[in-house]
Amino acid sequence: MRINADTVLRLADLARLSLSADEVERMRRDLEAMLDYVEKLSEIDTSDVAATAHVLDIATPFRADRVADLLPVAEAVRNAPQHDDSSIIVPKVIE
Amino acid sequence: MPEGWEPVIGLEVHAQLRTDSKLFSSAANSFGADPNTQTTEVDLGMPGVLPVINRRAVELALRAALALGCEIQPLSTFARKHYFYPDLPKGYQISQYDEPYASGGKVPIQANGELRTIRLTRIHMEEDAGKLIHDDAITGGGVSHVDLNRAGVPLVEIVSEPEIRSAEEAGAYLRSLRSILRYLDVSDADMEKGHFRCDANISVRRKGADALGTKVELKNLNSFKFVEHAISYEIKRQIDVLEDGGALVQETRLWDDKAGETRPMRIKESAHDYRYFPDPDLAPLRIDPEWIKEVQATLPELPLEKRQRYEQELGLPDYDAQVLIEDRDVAEFFEETVRLYPHPKTVSNWVMRSLLGFISESGQELRQLPLTPSHLAALLELLEQGKVTAASAREIFQEMAGSGLQPADIMRERGLEAVSDSGEIEALLREVLEANPSQLEKYRGGDQKLFNFFVGQVMRRTQGKANPKVVRDLLSQLLR
Amino acid sequence: MSTLVSRSLCELAQLVNAGKASCREVTEAFLDRSDQLEGRLGAFVSLRREEALREAEDADRLRARGEVRSRWHGLPLAVKEILVSPNLETTCGSRILRGFRAPYEATVLGRVREAGMVVIGTTNMDEFAMGSSCENSAHGVTANPWDLSRVPGGSSGGSAAAVAAREVPVALGTDTGGSIRQPAALCGVVGLKPTYGRVSRYGLVAFASSLDQVGPIARTVEDAASLLGVIAGHDPRDSTSMDVGVPDYAAALDDPPTGLRVGIPREFVAEDGADPEVLERMHDAVRVLEAKGAKTVEVSLPHTPYGVAAYYLICTAEASSNLSRYDGVKYGFRSEAATLDEMYKRSRSEGFGAEVKRRILLGTFVLSAGYYDAYYRKAQQVRTLIRQDFQRAFENCDVIATPTSPGPAWPLGERVNDPLKMYLSDVFTVTVNLAGLPALSVPCGFTSAGLPLGLQLIAPPLEEPRLLAVGHTYQRETDWHQAAPEL
Repeated sequence: MRINADTVLRLADLARLSLSADEVERMRRDLEAMLDYVEKLSEIDTSDVAATAHVLDIATPFRADRVADLLPVAEAVRNAPQHDDSSIIVPKVIE
Repeated sequence: MPEGWEPVIGLEVHAQLRTDSKLFSSAANSFGADPNTQTTEVDLGMPGVLPVINRRAVELALRAALALGCEIQPLSTFARKHYFYPDLPKGYQISQYDEPYASGGKVPIQANGELRTIRLTRIHMEEDAGKLIHDDAITGGGVSHVDLNRAGVPLVEIVSEPEIRSAEEAGAYLRSLRSILRYLDVSDADMEKGHFRCDANISVRRKGADALGTKVELKNLNSFKFVEHAISYEIKRQIDVLEDGGALVQETRLWDDKAGETRPMRIKESAHDYRYFPDPDLAPLRIDPEWIKEVQATLPELPLEKRQRYEQELGLPDYDAQVLIEDRDVAEFFEETVRLYPHPKTVSNWVMRSLLGFISESGQELRQLPLTPSHLAALLELLEQGKVTAASAREIFQEMAGSGLQPADIMRERGLEAVSDSGEIEALLREVLEANPSQLEKYRGGDQKLFNFFVGQVMRRTQGKANPKVVRDLLSQLLR
Repeated sequence: MSTLVSRSLCELAQLVNAGKASCREVTEAFLDRSDQLEGRLGAFVSLRREEALREAEDADRLRARGEVRSRWHGLPLAVKEILVSPNLETTCGSRILRGFRAPYEATVLGRVREAGMVVIGTTNMDEFAMGSSCENSAHGVTANPWDLSRVPGGSSGGSAAAVAAREVPVALGTDTGGSIRQPAALCGVVGLKPTYGRVSRYGLVAFASSLDQVGPIARTVEDAASLLGVIAGHDPRDSTSMDVGVPDYAAALDDPPTGLRVGIPREFVAEDGADPEVLERMHDAVRVLEAKGAKTVEVSLPHTPYGVAAYYLICTAEASSNLSRYDGVKYGFRSEAATLDEMYKRSRSEGFGAEVKRRILLGTFVLSAGYYDAYYRKAQQVRTLIRQDFQRAFENCDVIATPTSPGPAWPLGERVNDPLKMYLSDVFTVTVNLAGLPALSVPCGFTSAGLPLGLQLIAPPLEEPRLLAVGHTYQRETDWHQAAPEL
């Protein structure tokens, strides 16, 4: 699988990463090497094989509808790089 | 709408589920609290947190799906939908994607006097996002505030087939759906509070054409009034573009209520690639057949079924039935009263005029009032037996709706018993006839209208408490 | 070197329970040892000297009053810097979590606290547990105690190095594709990855959620069993936690397996990727078990050669998703910018290291429209085949033995520019995670250059008691685990 710089830039944009020109080339090379390596999976015929998303054969357990363990607002916002007493603050969002 | 065009509309409705806690965390699901006071580390998307699903949320979602006639999937999966936005703390929303818990189903609507059904594609469960505050008066300008109280609140997304053909039908669909969800106690479905939100997919095509036109997604339809305006506007806009020989762009547009128009969103929807994949933190959701049976057994009669029954079995006029079913509490009050006092039309009159009047004047809800169906039934009995007059009964109703006192007690306390004693009434009638000799003469001369004049005089002397039937009977005898 | 630091956790418990040493003395001995070595080793990100000594003294007071919370009450451990607690800063070796202190406690740390154990510090790791060498950390590299010019393995390299260097008797690590077992092998200590779902993940910062497990690193199998007993068990806050009782792991050690069938996978033996010395040591180890009555059988795990490919597609996809939350909004590092989008991009680009970015990009690619089926779904299907391989193999054997790593510790810096080569070193460990199985790495000797090697034992789900019993039997017959690096 050939990967070009545009693909790397598109992925970086989706993942909200900005890459320098050097990084783009490095990542392009590394991605290409990885995708070449994983190409070996195509040797296996998986047309009748179910996909495993979870190794445990369980159904998801339920929680009772009870309110508990609320964080005090100070704790909720404390780790934010920018915050006031009650809110997390971000650069102005334009919709 | 210009001739020759047919709009094709599909609606996606997000309804908040009426739970105590959130879909995947134990924080409170409540509206209007101070910012960031209703969260746990799970809602904040802190590192290392994990979701655990709320059983009640699934039960409410199941209720909605069963009532709408959906097919329930015994196993469904939760997926992560990825995009970056400050109101989405994990950078992904937990939703259902290719394996939702419910598919198919239908919503009955009544539009232009015609009853029809709009089919559903699917219903799925997902978590709500938080809220951004852009108001400079609050933020001080230049920044936005993030409030995560709503993050993680349980939602169902109800997706219709593109079978809606006009803005009016869209309105009828939303009203019907809202009423059903309220009947089920699944959602408050209050659009103004954001409990019930709607996106519309709209295209237009030449009448008779099979192919669909270019689709526009319309967002931000957050009141019933806007929905119909916005959809009408968008239909007209699309037809205008096409009639002018232009082409439509597949895009997402926002309804701007102030400008009264739709405009394209700045962020291009096409730039998104949501990268859905099954959430590794949540194994498949299993809904047992037993559980389905249990929930099915508790489903109430739905608004449209009720309306039909009122018309067909109780013989109510269409208008009465429509008014009575609007609110499930009112309908149940009506039905219980009819059970105690089996005269549906009389009960309907009293519920529509006196009860709904009292509710709208007092600004209270029915369930807040001390009034019960047995109060109203007892009052109607008194009326039927002639123990009170209609005017007194209306007075008693006002009092008992506010106080919850028994109608007979109010009647006695206020001295509102109707005068039915024939001796007493006969004496009064004789007084009236003696006091009005000229009228008596005219009556005898053939002016039959004066009969009511004498009745009125008696009523006045008893402050309206004389039993009108007794008055009439006796007067007829005296004048014979 | 104080003689206390050469003792195992179980020996220390005996000393303290017999009143021959205080918790404070024990804790102080390890802290002193750490102070003396850390300049050269770099195993710890933080040491909690004051708090740890205070907690140890509290434990001594409680013990004097007879209020003993567990056998390990007041004894020290170290914690990989990926488990959160209000008492610890948790950065996962990343600049993006700089200064992060969670307002809640990881379930496993709550269990450790309830057992009265004393956390002496947090240990270094590859950023977000992505790496096999402990070189991808914002806090710098950790050295291998056996050869300071070599890597300790990763990603739980700090925990393994600290235990090997006698800076702490036991430590917690996490294992997504070998991150407990491989550094344990490369540092000559014991590492156990429990069955997926056996130990709560609540408060373990996620790398790849369907693969991650917390487990013990220790010098003896007995100590690993003890620590597993402390941390294992159902947690209602983790939907993937198994609701099954926790056996007495320590008691299982005295129950040596009879008629044990040790499966040797044909594919691992034939793979030309493994160092001949590595295979020799593995066979020597198997012969020790045979001398104790075990039988060896050849088993086949035919999809093993596809393990690394499937693993890296699945773990990077999950990682790209799990790491979306680091956006400079709610916690951690933010690079200021005028617009939201710039803030996101700068914060994430400056906050994440190269390996993390590489994996986010690969994971984003495999989940993106048009590639999901060919890559992500394909990998999930191969995962099914790998699980089935193990299920079939366990019809004919009780445990499977393999080398833990294809070679010993490599020189620092050797593979940092060759990510694929680094990934291939996980070949023996990743299939265990894909199948959700428990696996143990025990020291099984040294290369001719004096570098430690590990024997990996794999068991069916929830058969930790069997693994521990076999590992313990092996350690009773050998003394590799007694060897200490000269520091």
